[in-house]
Formats: sequence, structure tokens, C-alpha cells
Amino acid sequence: MGALTTAIAEADAEAPMLDPEALEQQRRRARRRHLASQVVLYAVAIVAALLAAFPFIVEGIITFKRDQDLYAPGKNPFIYNLDPTTEHLRFLFSDTGFMTFVGNTLLVGGVVVAITLLLALPAAYSLARLPLWWSGALAITIFLVYLIPPSLLFVSFSRLVSNLGLQDSKWALVVLYPTITVPVSVWLLIGFFKSIPRDIEEQAMVDGYSRLAAFLRVAVPLAFPGIVAVVVFAFTLSAHEFLYASAFISSSSEKTVSVGIPTELVLGDVFHWQELQAAALLVALPIAFVFNLLLERFVSGFTMGAVKG
Amino acid sequence: MRSGLADREGFLARLMLLPAIAYIVALVAVPFVIAIAYSFSDVTAGNPSYDWVGLDNYRANWRDPVFKRALWNTFFFTAATMVLTVVLANIVALLLTADFRGKWVVRFLILLPWTTPAALGAIAWVFMLDSLLSPIDWILQQVGLLDDNRHMVWLGKSGLAKASVIGVQVWRLVPLAAVIIMAGQTAIPDDIHDAAAVDGAGFWRRLWEVTLPLTLPVIAVAALFGAIITFTDMSVVRVLTNGAPVNQTQVLASWAYVKGIDGGNLAQGAAVAVFLLPLLLAATVAILRAVRRWEVS
Amino acid sequence: MAVAVEAVGLTKRFAGSSRPAVDHVDLATEEGEYLVLLGPSGCGKTTLLRMIAGLEQPSEGEIRIGGNVVNGLPPRARRIAMVFQSYALYPHKTVRQNIEFPLKAQRMPPDKRNERAEWATELLGLTRLLDRRPRQLSGGERQRVALARALVREPSVFLLDEPLSNLDAKLRTLARDDLKNFHERVGTTTIYVTHDQVEAMGMGDRIVVMLDGKVRQIGPPQAVYELPADTFVATFLGSPPMNLIPRDDVIVGFRPEKALPAAVLGEALDGHRRWTLEIHRIEYLSGDRHLHGLATGLGTPTPVIVRLPATVMMPIDVGGTHDFVVREDDLCYFDAETERAHEVRAR
Repeated sequence: MGALTTAIAEADAEAPMLDPEALEQQRRRARRRHLASQVVLYAVAIVAALLAAFPFIVEGIITFKRDQDLYAPGKNPFIYNLDPTTEHLRFLFSDTGFMTFVGNTLLVGGVVVAITLLLALPAAYSLARLPLWWSGALAITIFLVYLIPPSLLFVSFSRLVSNLGLQDSKWALVVLYPTITVPVSVWLLIGFFKSIPRDIEEQAMVDGYSRLAAFLRVAVPLAFPGIVAVVVFAFTLSAHEFLYASAFISSSSEKTVSVGIPTELVLGDVFHWQELQAAALLVALPIAFVFNLLLERFVSGFTMGAVKG
Repeated sequence: MRSGLADREGFLARLMLLPAIAYIVALVAVPFVIAIAYSFSDVTAGNPSYDWVGLDNYRANWRDPVFKRALWNTFFFTAATMVLTVVLANIVALLLTADFRGKWVVRFLILLPWTTPAALGAIAWVFMLDSLLSPIDWILQQVGLLDDNRHMVWLGKSGLAKASVIGVQVWRLVPLAAVIIMAGQTAIPDDIHDAAAVDGAGFWRRLWEVTLPLTLPVIAVAALFGAIITFTDMSVVRVLTNGAPVNQTQVLASWAYVKGIDGGNLAQGAAVAVFLLPLLLAATVAILRAVRRWEVS
Repeated sequence: MAVAVEAVGLTKRFAGSSRPAVDHVDLATEEGEYLVLLGPSGCGKTTLLRMIAGLEQPSEGEIRIGGNVVNGLPPRARRIAMVFQSYALYPHKTVRQNIEFPLKAQRMPPDKRNERAEWATELLGLTRLLDRRPRQLSGGERQRVALARALVREPSVFLLDEPLSNLDAKLRTLARDDLKNFHERVGTTTIYVTHDQVEAMGMGDRIVVMLDGKVRQIGPPQAVYELPADTFVATFLGSPPMNLIPRDDVIVGFRPEKALPAAVLGEALDGHRRWTLEIHRIEYLSGDRHLHGLATGLGTPTPVIVRLPATVMMPIDVGGTHDFVVREDDLCYFDAETERAHEVRAR
């Protein structure tokens, strides 16, 4: 014990004393460092935001440019050298298939979301709450199914679509898109169902409801945030999809936004830039907006899907 | 209360699984097997009858320089994209976990590349990289890095075109990877950061010795997702360069599309796409191992 | 070298909150003392600790360590060490790496690092655990690693934030002993935050009782227990809490264990106040009898609890009414409006 206290005393003696001068220096250094870190933070934020959004900002500017302004060589592309015009925007809405594409996308998206929920909700509930000995393996398999690439499957789908007589129809997409949305939705929903305390459903069953009724009346309403997340996710996946949409549809009237814009607004070699950029921007913004509102939900759903219960 | 069908849980479990499983088997598992079978046949859009040709399609591919280029590009683009994405996404994640004014706006803008459909994001870049109208060229000209009447021709020159494809893929993947990594970073308890501050660790030491090691699993997940998305993607290549110049930027997915849909030769398309499977198999193994480790801990 | 820690007019306001989390607190430790900050959740004790550590910046006021003002200095410049409620051990590092981490941050050369780390490791008996990871350690072991990591920096002040809350009850007593022993051997000024008044009473040289950001009383455990400064302190300390009986513009208080049945004292009733208890319920706890009933004769009839030790074997029945006595000296008087104690008694 004595040796220990001596050792401590010796160690203390080596430690530098605090003196006011040195402290004031450290204080100043700390303040400078804090300031510098704030500057760096805002600089990084601005640079990152610009790099990410640069093409969209340009899109926004281009939309209102006159042809002579746009195609004039050497002119500053970021400002309006001639007065801006809404002529191209008008053209987009009235003389191109843009509105049709939007309509198709909404329709396909809506039906796909409905089908996804019908398939994924019961399956996720079963895997989350009614496990059979093979449920764990099955859940993983469903997730792995997601890995099978559309770039391979389209080959078989090509025959399937023509066999079903759905070639050149948006209903082909309605049939095929759930292959993309269902696996991930099942995974998300398993996480959300597991986060609901069992007690509440068990209470319902004690109160006289059957398991099925407990599912419909208790679990589903409580998993509502998860359902919202799945709706947005599934809709987004279906609006984004490009391969099947371009492979199986050729008529303008059936195209969705993802395919219609890159293909239909380019006539021969002539890029109708203003219409093109406007269309892309008009589609990007609403999706981004909704996504931002629900960002936190996604993240928690994702991580919950990974937590075993 | 009589226990009816709605109560027998074993029965209910199977019944509720049935629609989803049936759909997946019918529309994924079966087509998957059929697609592989196609690669050994001579099925085309015009001639749908199945005739076995063995490895003919594969041999033809092997002799085709475009196929070899596509194979190389697929791996190269994916690897390059993933390295850049992981580095940038970590920086963006740190940014998003910090507190500052205007955060919602910055977050909105940073997420735009991911929330936009890939094809439409590519369209935006088609303009940005256009051989005549590129605003980037204009800026370079103003700054003096480029002669006033010369253009970079981003999408026309082989090296630049490849860089452009990688650039666009990184551009659209960083937001997704950043969000995933951010989730991992916020999972680190605040206490640990406080303790590191008390222990005397500055920003860089904390980042290197605490934050990065603890988010390594999440970074791996983000990298895996990003790699799979890039590896199997055809829309960016298709819309941005369409394989140009001279098929120098084709990847397996886009080349399979060219063969199968543009060319109508489904069998050859399948033979190309089959080569995507090795990496996906590796990804499968990685995921399964990670799951098993999770269940053990 | 133990130093004193002082807080002068220390205030912390958080945005969106109507009252300050810490409200003009004045505080000074003795060198080498074990000071406990005690109070319910939300009373500001943790915020106060974090300000001393440098993890929060005060809105007003000064913090002095060893006589030097430390406002504006980052934690590492203050020569403090902190043990968190969760211990905050680096989960991916071994015990040895955890302990060496602060020394690495100071850029200490490896041989000196080893020496220091070994010294701390031996002091806390961690030698055989050096290569384990935190998740392989028990709660008590983790606490010792956290202490070693704190010790290795040779701080002038130890700050502990409810380090025993995460341990289960049995471990808690052992860990408490460990902490007290540790303090006795090392002698560094320690500030300890807890909401558990039993812990506070058992460990502190002095206790700072806080509520709503303000200090209600500072004093050694016995003083705070026997001479509470207000009704909050009176009822927060002690289990069961002090009985408070309103009488006109005064509140009379006495501790449950200070009351005895009049029959036990027989004739020697000088200096005792007599009152009556109608018993509603009896609980048997650890050999003592806790009598719950209605007290009359001291003021307004009020429900009280009396704690009879096992040595008092007089039979008592539920529903019965008995005379009880409390020594005059054991009665506390509080102003009915301000709830603060009158300066009535001196001991």
C-alpha cells in the first residue's frame, strides 16, 4: 500500500501544472479550431449539395431557354442571354406524350403497390409472427431472390409477355414489377411487424379475436408506418424501372415516364433539350420530396429488418 | 369459442405465405431456370422453338471482342464505382450527422441523384456532357483549362466515356450509401464519442480509431448493395452512352439487352447475362455468412 | 495532487425549454473529497457534471479547477477524467487498448505508455483481463476498466455519472465498495452523480441535493439527513421519507424511526412530544415493522409511517390506536409557505 501511494505521488509530480497563461493559449486555440471546423463544415455542405444537384439546377435553367440562346456557341449556359420563355414547357404538356407517360406511371405504380401489399403483408406477418421451422431460411431466400438480375430474367419474360398477349402493354409491367418490389417489401414489413409488441395481439386474441382477425385488426393498423414506407418504396421502384419498360413496350401511349422521356423526346438526332430537361426535373422533384419526408422511417425499417427477433 | 380455420396457426402461416411464394416461384424461380436454359438454345424472338445447341452461344461470346470488353467493363466499372462511392459516402454521412443551418435543404439536394429514376438522371448528364453544349466544357473554357473552340467530347472518347459512366454511377449511388452509413454512425452511442473527447482524442483520431472501425459492418453493407446495383445496371449505360463509342462502354447487362431485344436473339442475350451470376453468387455467400454471424452474436 | 472544483453562478439554458437546466449554481469541493450530486431525473445534476467536464458549455457562470478558470477549454485540456453510466468502453478494442487510448491521444511514447497502463491495470486488478473485449466482461469488470482508463490520465478530478445504475442490485453493493476503496487509495477529488439516495448517503463526504436546476442543500450525509433545509430534501432522503404534518402556518416533520410507542418509554417522557397513531396497515420489512396509520395530536390529522425496529417487541394490531412519542429535538419545523426549515434547533 505504501509503495503504491509513493508511486502515485511520484507520477503526480511528473504531471505538468496548470497555469493561467498556458490555459489562455489553449482556450484561444480551441476557439480557432472550432471556427475552422464550422467553416469546413459549411464548405463541405455547399460543395456536396452543388455536386449532387448541379445537373438538376442546369435542368431548371435550360427549361426556360430559347432555342437561339441554347444553341448559340460560346454563350454562358447558366444565365438567360435572351429572355426566358415558357414555350417549351407548354410544348411539353400539350404536344408530347409527357402527360400520358405520367398517367401510365401513376397507374402502373398504383396497381403494383396494391399487388405488392396484398402479397407481402400476409407473407411478412407469417414470417414474423407464425414461424415454421423453415421460416428463417425462407425469409433469407426471399431476400436473395432479389439478387436475380432483371438483365437475365428479361429473356424469359420476353416469351412470357408475348404468351400472355401483353406485349406492348403497360399491364405487362403490372405483372412483372412485383418481382422487384415484393422481396424487399417482405423484408421491410417483417422488421415492422416484429417491432410491434406481441402483447397487443395476444390481448386481442384473449379478447376473443382469431389470429387472422388479430392480424387484420391489430397488426396491420399498427404497422401503418411500415406500410407507408413500403408504399413509397414500391412506387418508387416501379417508377424508376427501365429495363422491362423499354424492352416490352414500344408504343408511346403505353410508355412510362422512365422510358418515355429518354426515348420519345428525342426525335431522330434532334434532342429537344428543353422539354427533355423539364420533364426529367418534373419527375425527379416530387419523388425526392416524398422520400425526404420519410427518410427516417426507411432507415429504421431497414435496420429493423436486420435485427432478429 | 370454436377454433376455426382462422385460428390454426400452422395452417394460417402457410396460407398467408402462399400468394407471395407462388408468385415468386412462378415469376422468378421458373423464369430464372428457363433463362439459363435459353442460353443453351437458339431461341430468338422470331423463332420461339427451343433447340438445344450446347455451348455454341458461349463459344460465340468468347470469340466476340465486344463481349470481352463488356465483361471487363462490368467488373472494372463496379470496382471503381464502389471505391469512390465508399470514400465519398463516408464524407457525406459525416456531413449529414452534423448539425448546421439549412440541413434539410442540403439533404434534399444530396438525395436528388438517388431519388431520380436512373434513366432520367442519366438524361440530365447527357446534356451536361454533350459534345457541343456541355456547361462543364464552358466552365473549363472560361477558366482557361480548355481552348475556346475545343470540346471534351465526354461521351465520345473511349476513356472519357468510361469515366463518365463511372462518374454518373458514383453520383447516383453516394446518396444511398451515405444514408446507410449514416444509420450506422448514429447507432454509435453518444457516450463513446464523449468518452473519446474526454480521453483527449481530436476529430481525426476519433474518426480513424472509433467511428470508422465501428461502422465497418455498415460500410460493408452499403458497398455490397452498391456493387450489386452497379453490376446489374443497364439503364445508365444505355441512356448515357448506349455503349458508344463503338461498344467501348458496354457492360454485360446492356450488351445482353442489345443482343436480346435490339437483336431479337434471346438465347445469345441469355448467354451474356449468365456471366452476371458469379458475382451475385459471391454476394449471396457474403450475405449468408453475415447473417450467420449475426445470429451467433 | 487533489484540486478543488468550483462552480460560480453556473447556469445552462437549453433552447426550447422554459426553465434553465442548471440555475445559478454555486458549488465548491474540498480537495480530495468525494462529493455526491443527488436528485431526481431532470434536476440538472448530469448537466452540471457535463459542464464541469467540458462536454457542455455554460450559458452563464464560471467553472474553476484548481483555481484556474476552465470555461472555453475542451475536455482534454481540463485534466479531468469521466466514467459514464454505460462505461462507454470502446467495444472494438481490448481492455489493454481501451486503457492505453488516452495515452495514445496524448502521443505518449510506447514505453512510457506501457508503464502507465500497467500501473493502472495492477491497481484495479485487471491484469488477467487485458486481452479481453468489453462484451466478454461482467458489469463490475467493465467498471474497473472504465476506472483504469480514467486513472491512467492522472486527472485532477474524477467525474462519475451514475456508474452503478446499470448493475443489478447484488453487484451494486460490491461495486460501491470497489469505488470507495478506489477513492481512498487514490485520493483524487471525485464528483459523483446519482439519483439513488441510499448510494449518496453511503458514499459521499458531502451531498449536494438538487431539484429543478437549483441546489437545495449541501452538507455531510448526517447533516442533510437530520437537518434538512426544506421539505424536498426531507422527503427525498430516507426510506420511508420524513413524515410531514401541517399545523397552522408550520409543517412539523419527524423521521419514521424516531417515533416509539409511549408504552416502551414508560415514565421517562421528559422532552418528548406525545401524539396518537391509529394503525391502518403493518408491513414487515427486513425485521422492522412499518406501521402505516393516521397521526393525530401533532397538527392536522395526517397519514404517517412509523418504523419500529425488531427490538421493540410490543404487540401492535391493525385497527388499534396507540400513543407514540417523538423527542422534541427530533422534530423539524418548516415554514408552510416557503417549505424551508426554520432555524429552530441546534444540535
